[in-house]
Amino acid sequence: MSGPATLPAPEARQSWLIDGVVTAVIAIGAWQALHAYAGEAAIASPLKALRHLSGLVATAGFWSHATATLTAFAGALAISAALGIGLGLVLGLRRFAGEVAEPILSGLYAIPKVTLYPVILLIFGLGLGAKVAFGVIHGVIPITLFTLTAVKGINPVLIRTARAMRLSQADTIRTVLAPAVLPEIVTGLRVGFSLTLLGVLVGEMFASQRGLGFLIVNGISLHNVKQTTAVILMLVVVAVAANGVLLWLDRRFIHRP
Amino acid sequence: MAVVAFADPGGGMPATARETHAALRGVTRVYGRLAALGPLDLDLAKGEFFSVVGPSGCGKSTLLDVLSGLGRPNAGTVTFEGAPVDGVPDGVGIVFQEDASFPWLSVRDNVAFGLRRAGMDGAEIARRVDYALGFMGLSDFAGAYPAQLSGGMRQRVCIARTLVTQPRLILLDEPFGALDQQTRLLMGDELLRLWRETGATVLLITHALDEAAMLSDRIGVMSSRPGRFIEIVETGWPRERDSRIVADERFGQITARLWSHLREESLKAIGKSSSRKTSVP
Ligand SMILES: Nc1ncnc2c1ncn2[C@@H]1O[C@H](COP(=O)(O)OP(=O)(O)OP(=O)(O)O)[C@@H](O)[C@H]1O
Ligand SMILES: [Mg+2]
Repeated sequence: MSGPATLPAPEARQSWLIDGVVTAVIAIGAWQALHAYAGEAAIASPLKALRHLSGLVATAGFWSHATATLTAFAGALAISAALGIGLGLVLGLRRFAGEVAEPILSGLYAIPKVTLYPVILLIFGLGLGAKVAFGVIHGVIPITLFTLTAVKGINPVLIRTARAMRLSQADTIRTVLAPAVLPEIVTGLRVGFSLTLLGVLVGEMFASQRGLGFLIVNGISLHNVKQTTAVILMLVVVAVAANGVLLWLDRRFIHRP
Repeated sequence: MAVVAFADPGGGMPATARETHAALRGVTRVYGRLAALGPLDLDLAKGEFFSVVGPSGCGKSTLLDVLSGLGRPNAGTVTFEGAPVDGVPDGVGIVFQEDASFPWLSVRDNVAFGLRRAGMDGAEIARRVDYALGFMGLSDFAGAYPAQLSGGMRQRVCIARTLVTQPRLILLDEPFGALDQQTRLLMGDELLRLWRETGATVLLITHALDEAAMLSDRIGVMSSRPGRFIEIVETGWPRERDSRIVADERFGQITARLWSHLREESLKAIGKSSSRKTSVP
């Protein structure tokens, strides 16, 4: 490739690795300290949790729970993303509608979503529908807000450039507006990813007999602290890894201004 | 409005004798209650190099907006190649004052953008883009992204992106604003060469008086806001010219002439007036 490289400099990559290791060490240290403080009955030690987890992943029952969570999460994320991006684009392009909707959305975003759980349970009953709905109510609003803000904040000279090149409205949206707002949307999706996962897990705790969220509360009610801690450990590792992958994709493929 | 000619008879081009390429008649532009431009008349002769100088905020970018068809005048008419302007006409290329490079595209893809949208054949696009990149001194950065470039380089990307479409009327709004003086002079030479080779009409907005004096056939000096032409200076340079004419004695005369008008207007634009200053004992 000619010209400057697009990968971060080696020093940058190395410091990333160091940051990761330091964070992990601090987290494990804090966990161990918490375990020492709260005792065996509240939280298992890192080592015990890891040992239990390795036993757990060998059972078919565990994987059927994990699959249930994954199914609900995939559905909820797809709905959150499609709805959030679509709504954000429309509201951002229609200035007036956007100005009306934005404070409403921010208000909705701020209210504690737990207050909606009874309503959702009444509508969807127990099971997959409710889990997905829990995920969506957490994930959709941040994705909408990020998209809306990106569209409203687009550099006006880019749109003027499109007009100067006599692009049709459809071409302007496809070849200028969409790529211009993509970085913000990707950030919105990253935030939406975590919040949707949170919503699905909470949904499983309240409204299901299946899934990892259920395993967590089940462990508590059966005084099986090892199970609860092990499942949480796995979720944290998966979430951090997924976030890392999304961040990497972002840095690798998105050229921020 | 005075018209001052520094022309050698038979030297440059007698702008008045030429076919009109674009024209403004009684054009005004108002933003809310702020009168930004005019009333103003302008005839751009086909193939001429016209520069606009004027104090900051006097309405130069607004003039470009209206002339290009991006904005409508509140009064008056705009014509390009004989037809009324409504939206940017085919054949008009614009380089904005702000950086308008697309951050998600490489330099090469930025420059090729307009040609791809127009559905041009790939080999022809590659040929034109390579030429424009070389022309703008960007060949080594074809694969880079705007975030990796300096402000002046990004502006050159925007110039190249406009030039590859081979407009018949090129509108440039302070395109060399982010460049150092040496590069600016050399880019001026390149622009002159391109202008000669393509026969395009050029309207260049600039705040650099020497740049206007060196590049132009005619220079429109604008008043403070609302901008009007207070003088049109004809330089009388031959069509074959380059930055070495700064050594010509007429170059100094033209620059001095521009400054004598602009000093007064610029003082007004920043809220002072030279008469007040001279009244101090
Ligand atoms: N979109 C707009 N809305 C309201 N006022 C505007 C707008 N664009 C320009 N103006 C005002 O119109 C006047 C002329 O602006 P313009 O950008 O044309 O000046 P300019 O001569 O290009 O200045 P500069 O040399 O600083 O680029 C200024 O007072 C500016 O504040
Ligand atoms: Mg301007």
